[in-house]
Amino acid sequence: MKYEDKIFQQFIFLINLLSVLVFIIVLGGLAYIPLEITIKEYLDKPRYSKEELSERLKQREYAIAREKLNDPDLIEAGIHVQTGLIYDKNLHYIKKHCISCHSPKLIAQNKSTRSGWKQMIVWMQETQGLHDLAEDEVFVLDYLAEHYAPKKLGRRANLDIESIEWYVLELDD
Amino acid sequence: MNFNRRKFISRSALAALSLSVKADVVYGRFLPKGMKLLGLYASEFKSLEGKHPEMIVLNDRPINAETPAHLLNDKLTPNDLFFVRNNGLPPRSPDKSTWLLEIGGNSVMRKVKFTIEELKSKFEVVSLNLTLECGGNGRKEFNPPAKGNQWGTGAVGCAKWTGVRLKDVLEHVGIKSNAVYLAYYGADTHLSGDPNKDPISRGVPIEKALEQESLIAWSMNDEDIPLLNGYPLRLVFGGYPASCSGKWLNKIMIINKVHDGQKMLGSSYRIPCDPVAPGTKVKDEDMCIIEEMPVKSLISYPKTGATLKLAQKLPIAGHAWTSASNISKVEYSIDFGQTWNSCNLSQSDNRYAWQHFDAKVSFPQLGYYEIWARATDSNGQTQAIILPGWNPKGYLNNACHRIAVKVV
Repeated sequence: MKYEDKIFQQFIFLINLLSVLVFIIVLGGLAYIPLEITIKEYLDKPRYSKEELSERLKQREYAIAREKLNDPDLIEAGIHVQTGLIYDKNLHYIKKHCISCHSPKLIAQNKSTRSGWKQMIVWMQETQGLHDLAEDEVFVLDYLAEHYAPKKLGRRANLDIESIEWYVLELDD
Repeated sequence: MNFNRRKFISRSALAALSLSVKADVVYGRFLPKGMKLLGLYASEFKSLEGKHPEMIVLNDRPINAETPAHLLNDKLTPNDLFFVRNNGLPPRSPDKSTWLLEIGGNSVMRKVKFTIEELKSKFEVVSLNLTLECGGNGRKEFNPPAKGNQWGTGAVGCAKWTGVRLKDVLEHVGIKSNAVYLAYYGADTHLSGDPNKDPISRGVPIEKALEQESLIAWSMNDEDIPLLNGYPLRLVFGGYPASCSGKWLNKIMIINKVHDGQKMLGSSYRIPCDPVAPGTKVKDEDMCIIEEMPVKSLISYPKTGATLKLAQKLPIAGHAWTSASNISKVEYSIDFGQTWNSCNLSQSDNRYAWQHFDAKVSFPQLGYYEIWARATDSNGQTQAIILPGWNPKGYLNNACHRIAVKVV
C-alpha cells in the first residue's frame, strides 16, 4: 500500500471515531432531558440511618399486617388472622358468643380441660352477664377443649428455647 | 379522608364477616353505628397510650400489659415501662383540679371530702420508692394452668411515688376502734358498661393502711401518674398484691368488717387457706385473702439469649423485693442450682423499695448455661426453684428467674 493511502485510511478512521463520539454525546444529552427529574430525585433521595430504615420497614410490616386484619377469611398457618385464634369449623361459635365482651387474646392465652372451660362459662354467666349459649354451648366447648387444652408440663417447664433470639453481647473486656 | 377509608374498610369487613360465617353476633343489632366489633381488631398494632412499644399486651379489653425483663433494668421503673393491670375501663379524661376523694364508712368519726390540692396543703407530702407487683405475676408457669391473664415475669415495677400518708389522713378524719378494713372505690367502669357494677373494689386490713409507707399518691417518678396506672390519684401499698392499691381513687371506706367488694371473694386474690395438691378443687369457704407477697427477684441484665466468648466475664444485674423489712442476700447459679454465688446487693431506699444486685460471672467451658437468681429476705424466706404452692388462680409464683446464655 502506498504511504498516502495509509495516511488517508487513518484519517477516515479518526473521522469515524469522532462522529461516533459526537453521536453518543448528542444522544446522551437528549436522553438526559427526560431523565433529568428521575436522576435528580435519585441524587436528592434522603439516605436513612439504620434506625430510620428499620422503623420504615416496621411501618411497612404493620401496614401489611393491618391490611391482613381487614380480611375476615384469612387463615395463615392454621390461625384465623383477624382473631388470632386457631381456625376450625366451630370458630364461628366463638366469634358469635365470646368476643363481643372480651378480647380473643384472653381465650388464646388460657388452657383448660372441657370441664374447666365449662366452669369459666358458668362463672361469666353468674358474674359477668354472659348470655345462655343454648344449643351452641356444646360446639363452643368442643372448640375450646380441642384447641386450648392444657399441656403436660411437669412441675416446672424448660425455658422456651425455641422462642429465644440469640444475640452477641457486646462487652468491654 | 383517612377516617372515611377506615370506616369503609371496617364496614366491608363486618359485612364480609357476616357473609362468611353465616351467623350473626348475638346482640349485634344493639351495636351502635360506627362502633367496631372489638374482637376483630384484637391484634391492632398501635401501642398503648403513654406506654413503651415493647410492652407485652396480654389483653386489650381490659388492658393488661407486662414489661419484658430486660426493660426493667432501670433503678426506678420509668412510667412508660410500668406494667398495667386493669379490670375495667379507665375514666375518660379525668381532671385533677376538680377530682374529689371521699372518706367515709361506718368506722370513721365523720365523712370528709378532699381535693388533691387540699391533700397537698393539709398533710405532709412524702416521696417513697415502692414496688408494686401483681398477685398473679408468674401465673403462666402454673400447671394445671390457672385461668386469667397469663403473666410472665413482668407484672412488677418500682417507682418513686409522691403523695400523703394514709395514716395522716385517717388520723385527721378520725377512726373508731372497731375499724377492721379499708375498702377503696375508683372511677373505672365495668366492662359491661353497667354503672352499678364495680370492676374492682378491694382494700387492705386497717393495720396495713396505717403503716408509714401506705400512700395516697398523685405523682409517679415526679410526673403525673399515667392514666392507665390510675391518674390522677391512687393508693400505693408495697408488699401486698398490687390489686390492693386502688387506681382512679375517689372513695375510701373504713369499715368494721372485712371488705366484700368486687374481687374480694371467690378465687379472686385468694389462695387455699391450707396447701393443696396441684389441680385440687377448693371450696370458697376454704380460700383465704392474700396479704403479704413473697420474696422475689428478677434478672434485668442481660436480656435472655446472650452469647459470649469463654474469655469474657458476663456482668449480670437485677432487682429483689419482699414484704419483709428488706432483702438480706441475692445469689446466682450457673449450674442449675448445684452451687450458688453471692451478688453485690444495694441498701434499701425505704421499706418496700426493690434492692439492686449485680455480679460478674465467668464460665468454666463452652456450652449452654442458665443463670438463676435467688433472693433471701430478712425473715430468712427464699425463693422456690420449681413452682411453689399450686393454687386455683395461679398467684404468688416466686420461683427463681432464669435466663439462657451460650458461651461460644
